[in-house]
Amino acid sequence: MSNENTNKEHAFSAKNMRLLTAPLSKDNPITVQVLGICSALAVTVKLKPAIVMALAVTIVVAFSNLITSMLRNTIPPRIRIIVQLVIVSLLVILVDQVLKAFVYDVSKQLSVFVGLIITNCIVMGRLEAFAMANRPWQSFIDGIGNGLGYGIILVIVSFFRELLGSGTLYGYQVIPEGFYNFGYEDNGLMILPPMALILVGTIVWIHRSRNKDLIDKS
Amino acid sequence: MFSNRYIFIYSTIMVVVVAVLLALAATLLQPYQEKNIRVERMRYILTSINVENTAANAEELYAKYITEELVINVDGEITGRYKDGKMEQGSRRAFDIDLRTEMKKLKEGGTVELPLFIAVVGNDTLTVFPLQGKGLWGPIWGYISLKNDYSTVAGSVFDHKGETPGLGAEIALPEFQKQFVGKKIFDEAGKFVSVKVIKGGVKNSKTPEVHGVDAISGGTITSNGTSLMIETSLQMYVPFITKNQSHE
Repeated sequence: MSNENTNKEHAFSAKNMRLLTAPLSKDNPITVQVLGICSALAVTVKLKPAIVMALAVTIVVAFSNLITSMLRNTIPPRIRIIVQLVIVSLLVILVDQVLKAFVYDVSKQLSVFVGLIITNCIVMGRLEAFAMANRPWQSFIDGIGNGLGYGIILVIVSFFRELLGSGTLYGYQVIPEGFYNFGYEDNGLMILPPMALILVGTIVWIHRSRNKDLIDKS
Repeated sequence: MFSNRYIFIYSTIMVVVVAVLLALAATLLQPYQEKNIRVERMRYILTSINVENTAANAEELYAKYITEELVINVDGEITGRYKDGKMEQGSRRAFDIDLRTEMKKLKEGGTVELPLFIAVVGNDTLTVFPLQGKGLWGPIWGYISLKNDYSTVAGSVFDHKGETPGLGAEIALPEFQKQFVGKKIFDEAGKFVSVKVIKGGVKNSKTPEVHGVDAISGGTITSNGTSLMIETSLQMYVPFITKNQSHE
């Protein structure tokens, strides 16, 4: 892997760094590539699961990108989706088993997300779009970048949903008791999935109004 | 570019490699995972009797507080007793009995062994009953401890396999579980009524406050599952409970 890199460019060259930063904004997996929306709706009720999910997805995308990229010249195109799926599932199950054995508490928090990671469109999307055509190191960075880009949106959405829906942040009460005495009420709609969609929509709107080149030309 | 032959060989090798890796990981890690599950079960029981615990001291505290493990049959007769580290009666420790399999046996008409635990905390003798039920996405379970009168709840703990985070999954939080303390599972006439989890809040319902707790907003199916779980699980112990209540 390093041999491939040395004869061309430095591992942390500006071009490679762009792979890391582009998904955070201009090439965001959720708001621009529209991948991984389903899990973004499911896990953003509270901040904590959103952060755990973001980390888990980042790790899985990065390593499945790396492995797929190393194997890319041997994978027959006709069964490439199957091969990708096997790599992703293998990673997820291995991670799950190790967590269960050594950090049982964390694995319990992740329980439902583990299945969600395998089906997360971002993973397959990046394998197909990037790892199958690029070198391992670049693929690895691309995975990290996309995982973080996904994470940012998750954190923003869950921040508002938890604050407005439950009056807490990361499980701690932040809206003072006094507000409730004056008739303030948590917005129950925020807890339900449609609100996540509306929030994501709002983010897309703000994002595009500030980045005119993201607006569709048609 | 790639022949069928290559594709077949490629996928065969891939499957074998992956299978070997997974089997190896599962076998090597199994002892650790099983230990975690045992410790977790002890922690549930300790939490249900309101003893604070960590994964590190659970085994020690369990030995200290749980004085007896009993196995009973559906008629409420004691068929097994495990005390001070040895079996005094019967052949199976209550700790090793899975209530879920027993409930399945009961449905099929077989004989069952129901586990329960006796704990001494301070001056109180508490009886801990395991609970098994289903939530929205999968199994939910828990433990509930009753005071000497076999009606007042001393503490409870619930957990789940994969309820929705932030919604149904809240049953695993202390805030939800605290509500059960002081509730009664028998009404004044001595009829088993369980403790219900009520949507919209127990204050706004017809259920007396002492027999109900508030459900979780947005987690109705899990809340109802919890309610049903407590009722059906405790129902199996009613013969044992009434037998013991009349002794006092």
